[in-house]
Amino acid sequence: MAMDVLATLISALACGQVRVVDLTQTLTEDFPTIVLPPEFGQSAPVRIEQIAHYDAAGPAWYWNNLSFGEHTGTHFDAPAHWFTGRDVARGTVDTLPAEDMIAPACVVDCTAGCAADPDFLLTRQQLEAWEASHGRIPQGAWVLMRSDWSQRKGAAYAGLRGDGAHTPGPDAEAMRWLVQERGILGFGTETIGTDAGQGGDFTPSYPAHHYLHGAGRYGLQCLTNLHLLPPTGAVLLAAPLKVHAGSGSPLRVLALVTGDEA
Amino acid sequence: MALPRGYDGVVLAVPVTVPYVRHSTRSAQWWVGRALAALAQASGISHHEFDGLSVASFSLAPDTSIGLTQHFGLSPRFIDFLPLGGVAGVVGLRRAARAVQAGDCDVVACVAADTNAPQSFRQSLEQFSRFSQDAVYPYGAGGPNVSFALIAQAFMAATGLERSDIARLAVAQRENALRNPDALMKKPLSVDEYMNARAIAPPIHLFDCVMPCAGAEAFLVMREAAALAQGLPFVRLTAAIERHNGFPTDPVMLRGGWARDVTDLWAMAGVGPDAVDLVQTYDDYPFVSAMQFADLGFCAPAALPEFLRGHDFTVMGDLPHNTSGGQLSVGQAGCAGGHLGLVEALRQLTATAGARQVKGARRALVSGFGMITYDRGLGSGAVVLEAA
Amino acid sequence: MRDKKNPTLRTRHPLLPPAARSTAAHLLTAAAAQGRFALPCCTQCGRFAWPMPEACPECLAEVALKDAPNEARLISATKAEVPADSYFRERAPWWVGLVQMGCGPQALVHLHPAAQVGDALDMTLMLDRAGQAVLHAGPIGGDMTTDPQWQHMTADPRGRRILITDARHIAALPLAIALAGAGAAAIFAGVPEMWKPLPQREALLAVPGLVLVPLDVTSDRSVADLAHDIGGKVEILINTADLPRPGGLTAPTAQADARAAMETVAFGLMRLARSFGPPMTARGADGPLGAVAWVNVLSVFSRAHPPALAGYGAAHAAGLALCHALRADLATGGLRLMTVLTGPTEDDWFQTFDPPKVSGKALAAAIVAGLQRGLEEVSVGDLAKDLLQRLDENPKAVERALASGRI
Repeated sequence: MAMDVLATLISALACGQVRVVDLTQTLTEDFPTIVLPPEFGQSAPVRIEQIAHYDAAGPAWYWNNLSFGEHTGTHFDAPAHWFTGRDVARGTVDTLPAEDMIAPACVVDCTAGCAADPDFLLTRQQLEAWEASHGRIPQGAWVLMRSDWSQRKGAAYAGLRGDGAHTPGPDAEAMRWLVQERGILGFGTETIGTDAGQGGDFTPSYPAHHYLHGAGRYGLQCLTNLHLLPPTGAVLLAAPLKVHAGSGSPLRVLALVTGDEA
Repeated sequence: MALPRGYDGVVLAVPVTVPYVRHSTRSAQWWVGRALAALAQASGISHHEFDGLSVASFSLAPDTSIGLTQHFGLSPRFIDFLPLGGVAGVVGLRRAARAVQAGDCDVVACVAADTNAPQSFRQSLEQFSRFSQDAVYPYGAGGPNVSFALIAQAFMAATGLERSDIARLAVAQRENALRNPDALMKKPLSVDEYMNARAIAPPIHLFDCVMPCAGAEAFLVMREAAALAQGLPFVRLTAAIERHNGFPTDPVMLRGGWARDVTDLWAMAGVGPDAVDLVQTYDDYPFVSAMQFADLGFCAPAALPEFLRGHDFTVMGDLPHNTSGGQLSVGQAGCAGGHLGLVEALRQLTATAGARQVKGARRALVSGFGMITYDRGLGSGAVVLEAA
Repeated sequence: MRDKKNPTLRTRHPLLPPAARSTAAHLLTAAAAQGRFALPCCTQCGRFAWPMPEACPECLAEVALKDAPNEARLISATKAEVPADSYFRERAPWWVGLVQMGCGPQALVHLHPAAQVGDALDMTLMLDRAGQAVLHAGPIGGDMTTDPQWQHMTADPRGRRILITDARHIAALPLAIALAGAGAAAIFAGVPEMWKPLPQREALLAVPGLVLVPLDVTSDRSVADLAHDIGGKVEILINTADLPRPGGLTAPTAQADARAAMETVAFGLMRLARSFGPPMTARGADGPLGAVAWVNVLSVFSRAHPPALAGYGAAHAAGLALCHALRADLATGGLRLMTVLTGPTEDDWFQTFDPPKVSGKALAAAIVAGLQRGLEEVSVGDLAKDLLQRLDENPKAVERALASGRI
């Protein structure tokens, strides 16, 4: 039976009935990372340093040394990332259940609001309206906030101003509702954080982090290509690196979508 | 102060020149070997019998004179090594004469030899002296031209010498050189050509400069009795002076160390400048020859212009000077430059100078000058030689 | 406006003046590097001597370097039309003088062509293109910068294209203004993490000839990309990249901050050296406005390390250490490496340090003046100068003072 399902999947992939969409930003050195006040410890940026390139340092081969913080590029936040999730069982990337790495996704289109206001906030009301159109958000699903923010570059993407970052995200009630009332697996965004740029001023501060991780749920950020996903029906493959006691990691996020939906 | 003892009983004999070439692929050791062979051949004394060896050279490294004893099969009981440039001839002669006179040895072969390759002049500049390394070469003044230009300018200003006066020395020497088959310069030189030559470092122009080359000069120092027994023509050494860093507090070199010792020189010789038949000065630049005329008592410095204009310095003239053509026209074979005048005087006083023979030459003044390690030539010396 | 280069002519390979010196003569190198006029002087009779002797020629006592009056009178002058050395030959005629120094000895000097015999002269002890100490003399009160020989030995920004590696540095804007004022032909100002705000963007862009370029010295790719773009144009590189993060050895973020500071100050310098060093070195003789200098702006805490700046001091010490390797590399092209050691600057990172502190403007002025004089070691601010002097005199006393929280 199981063999049949996988064989069906493989043939669906082969004939294009199921397609793979890459939701990952290329890991580059100049991709913006989270900016904290400088007196706090800072995430190391992504660095790619060549070891050899068919040259004197290695005549027949090419390879690089990589370094980066756990929260750089398209990355995964584990529950242990936030103080609210510090006691969650299997809350780090090396222990989190492998079953959670494949899950359905609901995509909430916020592009109009985000285009009009970089501080756009996704509310519970908007989510309920989405449910009215697309059905109830299933328990254990990813909810992905589509902002088209991934199509911005550099300063426009980071949105930094003198009073902090101005990027869209969910408000506190939306997150509480998604976690507590819908039991989502996690929340994903195209921006640098799962929270809005000004989320530190919300109550609670950084509500996406607060609610998601406190309940053992996950975050995905710096996603791209969300415009290629249907509102419902996509399946996400999101497997972070198995970093010992890691709070998160850059990862490749793939979505399976059925061909006629794409 | 008492005069030094005389050099009674000591003579110079066997003038040898190994003909110069502009560039040589041979080493300085090869040139020394040719000179020793010529000394032995001309004297009839086997080189094994040379019990003194005095060598002047800049380009023998890593050898000094001691290594040459084994190289050439000598077993001397007196050796000397004199990398002292243009004063090495006079210095070496003084030491050799005293050694022979005292009986420390019997026959000293005095040899000066240097080789010259296209790069070697420049390379030797780089390691010429500590002071020039630290305080001359970094100023684009590597080589003596710039340093002597600075001296020449001050000297000419102080004495009233003009380039046209100095030209007389250079032109007369070239005329002498045309009678010397070994001179590298074969073309006549006119005053106009001298005056219009290209500037090297004003007031030094092209014909003020010597041409570095390879070559060797040599002679023997022995007792008069030995020369007579061997049947060798010889000359006597009647006076010698030597002084280094003679005027350390002079701001710029307007005189050389001769000026300190000139009275002793003529007192030892028992004659004055007017009694010499020919003069061999050290002519690395003709203005330096002019300085020697003044310092050695021929005239006051301020009278130099008049002095130079008043004499004919060719071998046919009233004051034959640098009768071989000097370094300016024969070439400067490194350290042999100071021996050139000694060997030439030895020829003149033994009447073996051929076409350039000064008639009736009986007495010669030969001076040496060497080593501008910083801003002035340090070494000065002079000898008076008399025909037997 | 710069003259355009004739692309059909070979770019001259950098030759250097003779660099060999006695060991003792390098005491002069140290003075010249800092722009001091000092000469060997007898420790017993007090007479000055020249060239550098191993003992006083007057009394045979030891000599030591001592600050000296720098006036002289010209005894004699010439111009070498046909110097034996290739470096001088291709720059001939080269003016040389013999001077009577007011303090006693005579010296051969690089001479300003306007000087006449008998003139009173000002002497300068400076570094030549080989990085070795030499004497220059020119008429008192004259404009030395009109002497082509002086120009060969200095690193004047006039007409040159200059890269400031970090436009966010406190000195970057005043430096750009000062360089433009000094006649720089172009100023490239590097901006790390272009996606972050640059508060002085408008003021920087208002500086004539300034363009902003992306440059993050902590990124191999960023440095290499910029070098590919402008490496063949930069004639003076001024490395202002810094990451001041106070903190002792056990501060919560000590290690990460130290690593980041190392990435910026030490490894950043290595990246710049790797990408900009060779193209600049190759252009050391590319006409009168060829590549000429590299400036590393470092903290005086590279030399003395307050415990409260443990990682920062270590990063700067590493940067300073790398300067010696870079200096040797650049020297092959005749380029000067100038280290500028500054005291605490007037920015937030040194907020808790007592005044006097160094303003960006003062730092900029010191950099430009140092280039114009061709210096190799510059210290900026009273605190830095005091600290360096005390370090020379009594290093353990400095260490103990720093350990007790004093500077």
